[in-house]
Amino acid sequence: MDQPGYDYHIDIPGTTIFDGKMAMKGYALNKMCYSFNKAENRDAFAADEEGYMAKYGLNEGQKQAIRDRNILKMIEEGGNIYYLAKFAGIFKLSVQDVGGMQTGKTTEEFKEFLASQA
Amino acid sequence: MATVLGGITTSHIPAVGNAIQKELYDDPYWKPFFDGYPKVHAWIQEHKPDYVINIYNDHGLGFFLDRMPTFAIGAAHEYKNEDEGWGLPSLDPFPGAPELSWHIIESMVADHFDITSCQELAVDHGFVVPMQLFWPGAPNNPDMPKAVPISANTVQHPIPTLARALDFGKALGKALRSFPEDAKIVILGTGGLSHQLDGARAGFINKDFDQYCLENIVSNPEELTKVTRMELVEKAGAQGTEFLMWMMMRGALGDEVNEITRNYHIPISNTAAGTLLLECAA
Ligand SMILES: [Fe+2]
Repeated sequence: MDQPGYDYHIDIPGTTIFDGKMAMKGYALNKMCYSFNKAENRDAFAADEEGYMAKYGLNEGQKQAIRDRNILKMIEEGGNIYYLAKFAGIFKLSVQDVGGMQTGKTTEEFKEFLASQA
Repeated sequence: MATVLGGITTSHIPAVGNAIQKELYDDPYWKPFFDGYPKVHAWIQEHKPDYVINIYNDHGLGFFLDRMPTFAIGAAHEYKNEDEGWGLPSLDPFPGAPELSWHIIESMVADHFDITSCQELAVDHGFVVPMQLFWPGAPNNPDMPKAVPISANTVQHPIPTLARALDFGKALGKALRSFPEDAKIVILGTGGLSHQLDGARAGFINKDFDQYCLENIVSNPEELTKVTRMELVEKAGAQGTEFLMWMMMRGALGDEVNEITRNYHIPISNTAAGTLLLECAA
C-alpha cells in the first residue's frame, strides 16, 4: 500500500499516519475501544480485562499495551486516538493526561507546554 | 428559494461542553474563548436562520472503521447525542429536516458527489458543542433551527483533499440555494484549528499556520487548496485536519463574504481555538 511519489507517506516526526495499513493492523483494538462508547461495555472491561480483550481478538502486542496503559504502544499497534480516547475515558484521563503520558511530561508540564505556544 | 445567510466556524473541543455545563464563562482560563461568541449570538438573533447545516467530523460515535463514509449526510427526523465513552449526560435530540436533507443529497449526487445518506445518526461533540455555543441551551432554545448534519472523514487516511472539500462546499451551496422554500440557512464548519492528540508530537500547535488559514479562508480559499493533505497533517497537527470542515463551509458561501467577527485563542484543552463568522455578501 506504499504509494511512492504520492503525497501521503512523508515522515512527520512523532506522528503516525493512520492509513489503511494501520487501520487493518489495529482493527481489533479499535473495535474494542469503540465498544467503550457504552457504559455496560466499560463496566464489562473493568470487571474482566483479559476476558474482554480475548473476546475482541486483540493480539499479544495490543493486549500488553492495554495492560501497560501505554498509549504510544497502542498507536504503534494500530490504535487510533479517537477510539483510544474512549479507553482513556474509563480511567477518567483528560487529553492533557494522555498528552503527558505520550511525551514524558506530567499533566501540569504538558499544560504549560500547550500554553507556551500561544 | 432558500437563502444562505453565512457561515460560522468554531472549534468543537469536548471540554467546552463541560465548561458550558459549569457556566465557566468568566473563568480566567475560559473567558478569552467565550468572549468570541457574543457577536455570533447577536448575529443569530438578528437573522434567525430556519435551518442549520452542521458540517463536522465524527470521532468514533456515529461511524466505525467497519464502514467509513468519506462524506455522510444525515436524513433523519431527529439526531441523538449519545455517550461517547466518557459518561457525560446526553442532550435532548436535535430536530432534523429530512426534506432539506434529501434535497441536498439529490442535488449533490447529480453534481457527482457520492454521498452516504444516514436515516439514523448519533451525533458527537463535533456536532453538539457548536450548537451549544451558538444557541445557548441547545436544542432547547426557542430559535433552534432544524439541522442537517454533514460529516467528513478525518479519522482514517485517505481523507478528502482541501480542493475536494472546497468543491463539496460549492456544490452544497448550489443545492441549498435551489431548495424551494423561502428559508434562511446558516452553515457551520466545526473543528480545528491546529492540534495533535496522539504520538510523541502530542500537544503540537501552530499559530503561524492557523493565521495563514484564517486569513485565506476569508478572501482567498482557493489558495488553501495548494496545501496537500500531508502538509496539513504536518502543519496543523494530526487532528488539525479538521480544517477540511472549514473549507466545506467556505465553499458553500460563494465568492464574496463579509467578516463579521473572528476569535483565536491558544490553548483550549490541546487545541488552538478559532471562531469566524462570515456573512454572504448580498
Ligand atoms: Fe474534533
